[in-house]
Amino acid sequence: MMWRAILTFGFVCVMGASSPAFSQGDPAQGEALFRPCAACHMIGDGAVSRVGPHLNALIGRPVGALPDYRYSPVLQDAGAEGALWDETALDRFLESPRDYFPGTRMAYRGMRDAQERLDLIAYMISEGGLADGEVTASEGETDPEIAAILEIAGDPAYGQYLSSECTACHRPSGGDDIPSIAGLAPSAFIHGIVAYRNGSREHGVMNTVAARLGDEEIAALAAYFEGVE
Amino acid sequence: MSINRRVFLGSAAAVSASLAAPMVARAQAAANVVVVGGGAGGATAARYIAQSSNGAINVTLIEPSRAYYTCFFSNLYLGGFREFDSLGHTYGALASDYGINVVHDWATGVDRDAKTVSLAGGGAVPYDRLVLSPGIDFIEDSVPGWSTASQNVMPHAYKGGSQTELLKAQVMNMREGGTFAMIAPPNPYRCPPGPYERVSMVAHTLKEVNPTAKILIVDPKEGFSKQGLFEDGWERHYAGMIERIGPDFGAGNVSVDPNAMTVDIDGQVETVDVCNVIPAQRAGNIAFAAGITDGNWAPVSAYDLSSTMDENIHVLGDAAAQGAMPKSGFSANSQAKVAANAIVAALTGSTAFPARFSNTCWSLIDTNDGIKVGATYEASDEGIVSTGGFVSQVDETAETREETYRESLGWYDAITEDMFG
Repeated sequence: MMWRAILTFGFVCVMGASSPAFSQGDPAQGEALFRPCAACHMIGDGAVSRVGPHLNALIGRPVGALPDYRYSPVLQDAGAEGALWDETALDRFLESPRDYFPGTRMAYRGMRDAQERLDLIAYMISEGGLADGEVTASEGETDPEIAAILEIAGDPAYGQYLSSECTACHRPSGGDDIPSIAGLAPSAFIHGIVAYRNGSREHGVMNTVAARLGDEEIAALAAYFEGVE
Repeated sequence: MSINRRVFLGSAAAVSASLAAPMVARAQAAANVVVVGGGAGGATAARYIAQSSNGAINVTLIEPSRAYYTCFFSNLYLGGFREFDSLGHTYGALASDYGINVVHDWATGVDRDAKTVSLAGGGAVPYDRLVLSPGIDFIEDSVPGWSTASQNVMPHAYKGGSQTELLKAQVMNMREGGTFAMIAPPNPYRCPPGPYERVSMVAHTLKEVNPTAKILIVDPKEGFSKQGLFEDGWERHYAGMIERIGPDFGAGNVSVDPNAMTVDIDGQVETVDVCNVIPAQRAGNIAFAAGITDGNWAPVSAYDLSSTMDENIHVLGDAAAQGAMPKSGFSANSQAKVAANAIVAALTGSTAFPARFSNTCWSLIDTNDGIKVGATYEASDEGIVSTGGFVSQVDETAETREETYRESLGWYDAITEDMFG
């Protein structure tokens, strides 16, 4: 793949201007470590923002910069002040997100192991590219599985009934440990559920819940949750 | 389209409240649903019925306790991971925000012909549909030598509240190097992983305050929920502290003497310092008073949780014999939503959607070492049946275990909000 070659080159350049420690990360290890992140973040071809912003071309990107994502105020402020995501900033953020950006809505508590953070960052660069790389968000065709559900006019009344399965764990607002899904855009909701249904996102509870949701049911849920403030 | 549930429900509740007195006058205009038991099944059912019927159903919730202490997560209090007060919830929002008539009294009987529930404090409450969600009571002679009269010496701590506090105090005050014994219950019982999470949490506390203490589990069952995961965790965190005696070594024939603080295991008498007796269980008393039990439990239809003996009575949660779902707070909450949808549909003509259920049981083994098991379910003529499930794996990373524990904290906040508003 052409962009991989470009990214490798870009990676080396960035490394030259940064701490050489970051070259010690193992993207293969990082891929496994990314799994909990994938509950909220997409990365790679076709990634879009969902519960969390997509993570393509993150390194080199200004903090809080994606136009289609509503960031926590603390990240917006940091971006307005000119903060950039470089490896050092990302490493410190991943170590303890709430210490680095107090007030961030991201539920993740942090990764203590320094080598694991290096591996994770290496994976995010290899999979998502750098800010001046070739990978960009939302290019390519919408997944046909998702497109089919987006075509359906979901029944919010049915969605409200089905949502009672969700509300045992997802609160209408807040929730430090399980994200709220109220008010999600239907595209974001459907992307998330479909990824759990087809197994591209791994989570025991969510894979099991999503496995028995038909397209009509996902559309109904998306229609209902969009309307819940 | 934009629905703000709080605002919407707030205005509906205000209308309900203005109509709430006198209740008898209102009964002629609105159907009456009476819910007995304000736990994971009953509180959820009351709230969902009131919420989705928009004032067309007059909901009365009968629950003796003004402050409800959850049984789920009480083990985390034993382990020092929760404050006792964090387990307590009140019914104020169900009354003020949802217009539910909350009656703090004991339901003592059901007149199925007159369709009324009698109260210990006197009087009877009429119903069109009755929801019974009484949880469990104990089978008195299941552990010879133990009765509810001895629960202050040998606590069961298997209903939330003061029993949980008593057991914690006994663990904290146990003599150095003493023995904590648990008489585990036979199947079926509330919260299948509960006794083994409790052992984990007691071990965590003892490791800190009394590290030479021992834990003895006397278990009439061959195996138990998430056994491999628990035993792996016990080996990693509490090596040498926990011993389990199964039925192959006489645990099927156990008796206790609360005065002597002894446990007799098939003739082998052990003196212990704390003895947590979790007896065999049956449906709560009101299910027997209503005459809708078969054996120890109340059989129900999987489609709407209605009693197989009385279509106007629905039984939720631990008390119900429904099929494949474990007896858990999560299950009761899930069943309550199916029953609420069916009841509102029957009484108001709204749409009845097909039954679907789910359950997850999280357990904590030690700090940030959480595990889970769960499944989804649907209704069939043979009862509730599983449609798929998952369980934690022994070789998971520490990160995954911590995420699982964090997830359980999120679930606790969500389900208690789902129950109590």
